[in-house]
Amino acid sequence: MFPGSLDDTDAARAVRYAGAQPVSLWHADRDLRGADAVILPGGFSYGDYLRCGAIARFSPVMAELVPAARAGLPVLGICNGFQILCEAHLLPGALTRNDRLRFITRDVRLRVENTRTAWTRGYETGEELTIPLKSGEGAYAADQATLDELEKTGRIVVRYAGGAPNGAARDIAGICGGDNSNIVGLMPHPEHAIDPLTGPSADGLGFFASVVKSFAGALG
Amino acid sequence: MARVIVEVMLKPEIHDPQGEAVLSASHRLGFGNITGVRQGKRFELEIDGPADDTTLAAVEELARELLTNPVIEEFSLRSEG
Repeated sequence: MFPGSLDDTDAARAVRYAGAQPVSLWHADRDLRGADAVILPGGFSYGDYLRCGAIARFSPVMAELVPAARAGLPVLGICNGFQILCEAHLLPGALTRNDRLRFITRDVRLRVENTRTAWTRGYETGEELTIPLKSGEGAYAADQATLDELEKTGRIVVRYAGGAPNGAARDIAGICGGDNSNIVGLMPHPEHAIDPLTGPSADGLGFFASVVKSFAGALG
Repeated sequence: MARVIVEVMLKPEIHDPQGEAVLSASHRLGFGNITGVRQGKRFELEIDGPADDTTLAAVEELARELLTNPVIEEFSLRSEG
């Protein structure tokens, strides 16, 4: 949790729904508190000063998280969290202003393309999800070589079915990185789609259930 | 005391919707002969000591690490005064 994070409470709720225990991490503490996986939540850390996620990237907790992620700790960056992962160079590319400048708040259809990551193993390849998008700077950008590499290595995790509403390159909504594809970043908010009572669907729960299940499997 | 100016722009191949919005607004105000606008940032750094090569090299590193995102931005820097 960084100053300005917004969606940590919903992320914690999603973790509980998935049967695990959420643990709050504080930006100023060099301490991951023994977490088995880490979620970087959505919001406006540091007010998006300088660039979205540019300042959060240098916080003490990130000094612990970066080597842990490189060593295989599952990390999920949602929205501002995705921006922080890119600024920290844990994922390639960058997130830029939506191409029509409007902050977009609406449900989008996502197609799951990589079900090998710790966060998406519970989905079927090609499955379509309805998940809220809520961002002003969500257009994924990278040079052609990087985009081609992501495509070739299957590191595009979710794509906007029917086209990106924000100008994201190749309709990319989320990508993965890390030796075991343990690092996933996506712009839409699966934590806002875990219960049809409070969201458009429960399609987002799979992100959290997948990683919880992978630990249960490791123990059993 | 030295002053170093760092100017940051999006790389030319990156879409700049803010610049486009400013362009549209310029046209609405009657400045029809403006054909393009791109928006950037300017940082003014006050530095203790002279703006020698070591200092400028340090500012360049700061620019790469913090002031810009090299994936989408490029910069130029100069000392002033």
